[in-house]
Amino acid sequence: MGASAPAASSVGQVERQTARLFTDTDPLRLANGETLGPVDVAFETYGTLSEARDNAVFICHALTGDAHAAGFAPGATRPGWWDNLIGPGKPLDTDRVFVICANLLGGCQGTTGPSSINPATGKPYGLSFPLLTVADLVEVHRALVRHLGITTLLAALGGSLGGMQVLQWGLTYPDELANAVVIAASSRLTAQNIAFSAVARRAIMDDPDFAGGDYATEGLNPDAGLAIARMMAHITYLSEDALTEKFGRQPHQASSAPGFGIDFAVESYLDHQGQVFTERFDALSYLYLSRVMDYFDPFAAADALDAVTADPVTWLVMSFDTDWRFGTEHSRRIARRLELAAQPVTFREIASPWGHDSFLLVVPDYHATITAFFNRALAEVQR
Amino acid sequence: MSLRPELTLLADLIPESARVLDLGCGSGALLEHLITAQSCRGTGVEIDPDAIIEAIGRGVPVVDLDLDTELDHFADHSYDVVVLSRTIQTLRRPAEVLRQMARIGDQLIVSVPNFGLLRNRLRLLRGRMPMSRDLPYSWYDSPNLRFTTLVDLEELFTAVDLRVERRIVLAPSGRPARSGQALANLFGAAAVYVLRA
Repeated sequence: MGASAPAASSVGQVERQTARLFTDTDPLRLANGETLGPVDVAFETYGTLSEARDNAVFICHALTGDAHAAGFAPGATRPGWWDNLIGPGKPLDTDRVFVICANLLGGCQGTTGPSSINPATGKPYGLSFPLLTVADLVEVHRALVRHLGITTLLAALGGSLGGMQVLQWGLTYPDELANAVVIAASSRLTAQNIAFSAVARRAIMDDPDFAGGDYATEGLNPDAGLAIARMMAHITYLSEDALTEKFGRQPHQASSAPGFGIDFAVESYLDHQGQVFTERFDALSYLYLSRVMDYFDPFAAADALDAVTADPVTWLVMSFDTDWRFGTEHSRRIARRLELAAQPVTFREIASPWGHDSFLLVVPDYHATITAFFNRALAEVQR
Repeated sequence: MSLRPELTLLADLIPESARVLDLGCGSGALLEHLITAQSCRGTGVEIDPDAIIEAIGRGVPVVDLDLDTELDHFADHSYDVVVLSRTIQTLRRPAEVLRQMARIGDQLIVSVPNFGLLRNRLRLLRGRMPMSRDLPYSWYDSPNLRFTTLVDLEELFTAVDLRVERRIVLAPSGRPARSGQALANLFGAAAVYVLRA
């Protein structure tokens, strides 16, 4: 880096905003025909929307993410979950792009979800909350984009379930995005993927404190089930080599004699991941959003490629070579289907030792790819 | 931006608005030119990470895959033109790649350095491996796995049922050779072929 190059820095303190995008009289129409209202959406924005309103980038978050992608919440010491990607001088350079990130429909961080209060009953929805699809998540994102006075996005970008939303968006409303970045995602889960989620859901639902989904009303929380779900999912987010490098067979410091406690460092790590997760995430959101992924199959319909064939989007599809949650074959399938629709598609498999979680980490080749892609995307709109 | 002479020659062979697949596209100079100056659409295939990032920055869609084994990524007859520029000599399975190109595209453009050039033969006679503008590598660091003369290459085209529609022989200067086609294998440093199945 030259001496004159500005150092990458933070977007600084950020503030969560909330918008009511659907109401009980003007509800959200779900893909399955049901309606839902009101729908409130929590979101954050970073950078400045250009006068031409042509520099907006929408971040779609993954299963357990939230609207706080970058910068620092008031009083916080740790930045948002994608702070290494978003900020002045970073691959998503907030000196040049306007970034929007919203909590998903069905989530638990400020956007309406199954633990929100159902105005009809005055109690949390619980399992009476409607089943969702990726298309429904995208409908809510679109409403937020309209709410912000934006017609066309420079790009939508997301990893894992976030990438699935970007794919759905690009296929169904290609006129609304110039570019789409789909990272470590899938267009159709395998039996193994569904199997992992099935075990996670069973752990939650078989916890007696799940109380048929009415745990909030009864003053309970299925902590044990939710922690087990997170522990197991976390194993699938990392590669075997990453776990070996982090922990090997190191004993946990506090352990003395072998037993059935936390004897190994990896056990301590998973235990910690499970515990902190129960403090920040809702069990019903976990059920609903993991189910969304199971049913996602956007290329299944015979006319799936018609809209995007008529109005191409510029795609960047990326995978990581050690990801065994959504490995390269998942991304390759996406790239191939888009190729059938004669889309401009860039596809890369990035070498990284960290498995599925790589998309959240600083992998130089990965970030360089996003930087080059956005430099070109911005040059195109500024031409 | 100016293209190196051979790329200009290739670009001139490609019709306006064609959909072009460039196998071994490097940093995407040919496709960038085709997209901006000839209203083409296209995709490059490349494995070198730095070249891929440069191509992305130029607005060239690029797919990271192995030419020898992964060309099934592309559908039958999905491109008007498939280019293999100075790459066939680096392949492990050149015959299979040519078959795949014929499956994917209608018109194929293949350019190759000619190992049979008189100057190369003389170097071999002196007991030295050929090195030249077209074959610039030492034997130990060359990406080239296979060396062919134009005559041998044309036999391969026949064997995989490709018809030579046009052949442009290049002089050592990189410009089209003035000498007759008959002595191409002796005086051509390289050649560009336009092929059809």
